[in-house]
Amino acid sequence: MNIEEVIKLARLARLKVGDGEVEGLGRDLSAILALVKRLESASLDDVEPLAHPLDAVQRLRADEVTEDDRRDAFQKIAPHTRDGFYLVPKVID
Amino acid sequence: MLNRSLGELSRGLRNGDFSSVELTRFFLDRIENRGAELNAFISVTAERALDDAHAADRKLRDGGAHPLTGIPYAHKDLFCTEGVATTCGSAMLADFVSPYDAAVSERLNAAGMVMLGKTNMDEFAMGSSNENSFYGAVRNPWDAARVPGGSSGGSAAAVAARLAPCATGTDTGGSIRQPASLCGVTGVKPTYGRVSRYGMVAFASSLDQAGVLAAGAGDCALVLQAIAGFDPRDSTSMDEPVPDYTPPADANIRGLRVGLPREYFGADLDPAIGAVIEQAVAALRQLGCETVEVSLPAMSLSAPAYYILAPAECSSNLARYDGVRYGHRCDAPADCDDLYTRTRAEGFGAEVKRRVLVGTYVLSSGYYDAYYLKAQKARRRIRDDFARAFERADVLVGPASPTTAFRLGEKAGDPVTMYLSDVYTIAVNLAGLPAITLPAGVAGGLPVGMQMIAPHFREQDLFRAGHCYQRETDWHRRMPEGFE
Amino acid sequence: MTERWQPVIGLELHMRLKTASKMFSGAASAYGGAPNTRACAVDIALPGVLPVLNGGVLKMAVAFGIVINARIAERSVFARKNYFYPDLPKGYQISQYESPIVEDGQLEIALDDGGVKSVGIERAHLEEDAGKSVHGAADGMTGVDLNRAGTPLMEIVSRPQLASAGEAVAYMKKIHSIGCFLGICDGNMQEGSLRCDVNVSLKPAGAKRLGVRAEIKNLNSFRFVERAIRHEIKRQAALLESGGEVAQETRLYDPDLDATRPMRGKEEAEDYRYFPDPDLLPVAIPPSLVDEVRAALPELQEQMRERFVRDYGLSQADAVQLTASPEMAAWFEDCAGACGGGPQLAANWMTGALSAALNHAGIGIADCPLDARRLAGLLDRIADGTLTGNTARKVFDEMWRTGAGADEVIAGKGLAQISDTGELAAVIAEVLANSEKQVAQYRSGKEKVFGYFVGQVMKATQGRANPAEVNRLLKESLEKAD
Repeated sequence: MNIEEVIKLARLARLKVGDGEVEGLGRDLSAILALVKRLESASLDDVEPLAHPLDAVQRLRADEVTEDDRRDAFQKIAPHTRDGFYLVPKVID
Repeated sequence: MLNRSLGELSRGLRNGDFSSVELTRFFLDRIENRGAELNAFISVTAERALDDAHAADRKLRDGGAHPLTGIPYAHKDLFCTEGVATTCGSAMLADFVSPYDAAVSERLNAAGMVMLGKTNMDEFAMGSSNENSFYGAVRNPWDAARVPGGSSGGSAAAVAARLAPCATGTDTGGSIRQPASLCGVTGVKPTYGRVSRYGMVAFASSLDQAGVLAAGAGDCALVLQAIAGFDPRDSTSMDEPVPDYTPPADANIRGLRVGLPREYFGADLDPAIGAVIEQAVAALRQLGCETVEVSLPAMSLSAPAYYILAPAECSSNLARYDGVRYGHRCDAPADCDDLYTRTRAEGFGAEVKRRVLVGTYVLSSGYYDAYYLKAQKARRRIRDDFARAFERADVLVGPASPTTAFRLGEKAGDPVTMYLSDVYTIAVNLAGLPAITLPAGVAGGLPVGMQMIAPHFREQDLFRAGHCYQRETDWHRRMPEGFE
Repeated sequence: MTERWQPVIGLELHMRLKTASKMFSGAASAYGGAPNTRACAVDIALPGVLPVLNGGVLKMAVAFGIVINARIAERSVFARKNYFYPDLPKGYQISQYESPIVEDGQLEIALDDGGVKSVGIERAHLEEDAGKSVHGAADGMTGVDLNRAGTPLMEIVSRPQLASAGEAVAYMKKIHSIGCFLGICDGNMQEGSLRCDVNVSLKPAGAKRLGVRAEIKNLNSFRFVERAIRHEIKRQAALLESGGEVAQETRLYDPDLDATRPMRGKEEAEDYRYFPDPDLLPVAIPPSLVDEVRAALPELQEQMRERFVRDYGLSQADAVQLTASPEMAAWFEDCAGACGGGPQLAANWMTGALSAALNHAGIGIADCPLDARRLAGLLDRIADGTLTGNTARKVFDEMWRTGAGADEVIAGKGLAQISDTGELAAVIAEVLANSEKQVAQYRSGKEKVFGYFVGQVMKATQGRANPAEVNRLLKESLEKAD
C-alpha cells in the first residue's frame, strides 16, 4: 500500500497521520491485507452471506416512549457544552 | 479464603465462616500488595467494594441472597459501570465515567456480587497480548517477563494470581480463551446472543460476546448463570431459556463424543502443546469419552474472514469517538475536521488505528463485495463445517493458543504474527459457538489450555465436561509461584 | 429558448414519520423541545448502546408501499452509511441500501390539462434523521442539538419521470396527502416533515440520453420546490445554449435571491462505506403483517372526496375543500353528523365563515377554537328559525371568541330571531308612522320602496326580525291602510 493510499484512508477515517508514521503504517497495512487476501482464492459464489450465527431476524420494539430526559447526566461528561448544546467549531454548509 | 471455588466461598459466607467484608478485604489486600507489579487493574474501587460488601452481608443475614451474593469479582474495563470510569484501555476514554450500567454490570449488581475494580485490557479489546493498553502492559503471573494474552489479559492475570476469585471478560476472536490458556485459568465464551451486549463498549458487533474467567469450570458456570439471558435492549440477544449450568457433583461424561478437528492438530502446532492436549484427551477417554476425528475444511478461511469483518465493524463502531459528546477532545480545534482528526489521532493507539484503517479500506467504494460480503459467506461456510462436525461429536477439543505465553515485546512489532495468536479461537466466534478453555498442563513451565467447543446453546455440556475433567486433574488449582 | 430543452426531474422526498418514540430508541420523537432533552443514551451514541427497531415505523412503510402498489420486501436490511458530521453522533446513519422495504411503486398525479400521469417510485426506505447544528450558539461556535437525531424518516425516491416544476409539485403534494391521510406524517412543512431533494437535468427535445444532472438539496416547501426547479431549468438551459456544460454537483436554493448556488464543502466525493448494520438483524416482513396493515388502511383523500359527493350530495368544489386534510374531513363529518340542518349547511359554513376565521387567525383546523359539535349547535338554531343568517354570523363570531355554545351566546345577548307577530307588528307600525313620505310613494305605485321598509324594521330589531314574517306583516299593514 503506497503513501497516497494510506493518506486517503486516514482522511476517510478522520485520523491525523504524521509524516513519520505513513511509511510504517503502509507496511503494516500491506502485511495485513496480504493475510485477508487469502480469501480471494476461495470459491464462495453459491454461499449466502451470514449476518447472525443463528440466522435470527430482527425483533421489533413497541412504539412507546420509555426514556426520560437525562441531559444533565449526559452533559456532565461532555467536553464542551453551553445552554444544553454540544459545542463544536463553526460548521459551514 | 485463597484458592477456594465460588461454591465453597458461597457456603463459607452462608455458614458465617467469614463475612463478605472480610472476603472483600482479603482480595483488596492482595490487589494492594501484588496488583501493581502485574498491572492487572486499571482502577480499584475499594470504597465502593466495601460498601457493597456490607450490603451483601446484610442480605446474607436478612435473607434474599443469591448464591453469588457477597462474592468479589474483577470487571473488565469494557463494561459500562455507572459512576466508575470505563476506559476500555484507551486514552480516548481515560476520563469517561459512564452514566449508565451495562446489562452485565446490572445483573452482577442484582446478584449482590462485589466489584473490586476494573481490569486492564488491550485498547478497545484489540490485541492478543495486553500490550496495546494505554495503561501499560499486563504481566503474566507465571513469568513477569511474559504477556498474559489478550484482550482480557488483566482479568486472566488477576484470576491466575488470585487477586480476584473470578472476573468478567469479552471474547471477539479469543479474548477470553487465549489469555485463560496463557495464564492457566478457566475461561468461557458463551454462544453469541447468550449474554446481552448492551453496555459493552463495542469492538466488532457481530462477534463480541461477554464471558467469565475463574479458576474452575464450576465457578464460570455460576457466574455465567447470573449474566446469561435475554435482553430486549440488544437486538442480537436470543430469547432462549437458560438451563442450569452447574453440573451435579456426581456428573459423568461417559459416552460423550469428543471430536478432534484435524485442522487443530496440524504440523504447525507446537509439539509441546500438542503433547499436553493429547494427554488431556487421554484423560477424557479415561473418563469414558469416545473420541472421533472430524474435519473443518474451511478453517483456513477463518483468519482472513475475521480480519475483514472485525476491522470493518470496528472502523464504524469507533467513528463515534469524535470529541463532541464524551471522551478525549484535542486542544483548541481550528475547525471540525481538525477536531476529528487530532482527537482521534491522540485518543487511539497504534493497533486501533491500524484496524480502523484496514476496516475503512475493506468497506471503501468498490471493495465491499470482494471483502466484507465474501467474508460473510466464508463465515457461513465455517459455521456449516462446525454443524457437520457436531453431527458426529458432542464437543470438539483442541488447543486454545498455538503458543504458551510469549515474551513482552516479542510480537509487538509484527501485527500479522500477533493476529495468528488467535488462529484456534476466531473460527468459534465466526460460528457464534460456545467454547471453554480448561487448564490442561504445562509446557516449558508455562500453562497450556485445552479448548472445548460445543454446539449453540450447549454451554451446560462444556461445564459438565470441564467439571468432570477438573475433578480428576488439578491444573486449574495450581497457582503461580509467589502468589500461593 | 427552453422549448429546445426537455427537463427531466426526479424527487427524493424525506417524510418524517409520526411515531411516539424514535426509530431505534425509546426517546420521544416529538418535534422541538429544549436542546438535547429528547436525546437518550442511544441517540447520543454513548459507548455500548444498541439500536432496537420500532415496529410502528415498519408498519408505516408497509402501509405506504401498499398504497403506491409497490413490491414489499419479505426481507429487508438496515445498513450503516458512514460519514463524519457533528450532528451525526455515531459517525454513521442507520439507513437502507440494498434490500429496501418498498420497491417499484406507482403514483398517479393530475395534470393541469386535466389529464393523469403515472409516476414511478423506484424505492422507499427507512432511515434515521440526524440532529441539528445551530450556528452561533456561543463564542462563534456551532451548537449541536440531538433531539431530532434518530427520528424516523422514510425516503421516497421517484424515477426521473417528471417533466416540469408543476408536475414535481403535484407529485410532492400527492405524497404529502398520502402521508397525512395514512396518519404516518403530520404534514407540517415548516417543521420539516416533508423535505425534498430535486434532481434536474436537461436533454435536447426528443433525445433519449439524459443530460448531466444537478441536485438541489433540502427544499422544504412546495413553493420553493417549484421556484428552485424553474430557476434551475433556466440556469441549465442558458448554460447549454451558450455552449457550456452542466456540472454534476449539489446545489442549495436561496429563496431570498431566488437562485441556486453550489453547496460548499461538498467538493470531496463521499465514500459512505455502506454495510449491513451488525447491531440489527435482517427484518422479516411476512405476508400476514402486510395483510394486517392492509386491513387497517384508512380512507385516502380521493376516496373520501368521492364519498362526500356521493353520500352528502356536496359539490366537487366543496368536497375538495373539505378533504384538504384528514383533520378537516373528520371535522366536517363530525359537524354534519351532529347538525339537524343537513350536510350542505355544514359545508357552507365550513367553507365560508369557518375557513375565513381560520385564515384570518392563521391557524389550521386542528387548532380551531370551536369544536365541530358547537358549530353544529349553531347551525341547528338556523335550521329551526331561532337565528337569521345575519345574527347567526354574530353568534358565530362570539362563539369563536369565547368558545361558548350557540344557545349560551343567544341567550346571553338576546339574539334570538323575533317571529312574534305582535312584537313585529308594533315595530312595523312605528316604522310606517315615521316614513310618511315613503308610504306615500309606495302607495303611488313605487313598489321598490318596499325594501326600504324592510331595512328599517331590521335596523330597529338589530337584524333579529324573521324576514318572511316581516314581509308578510309589512304587506298586510301597507294594504290595510289603503
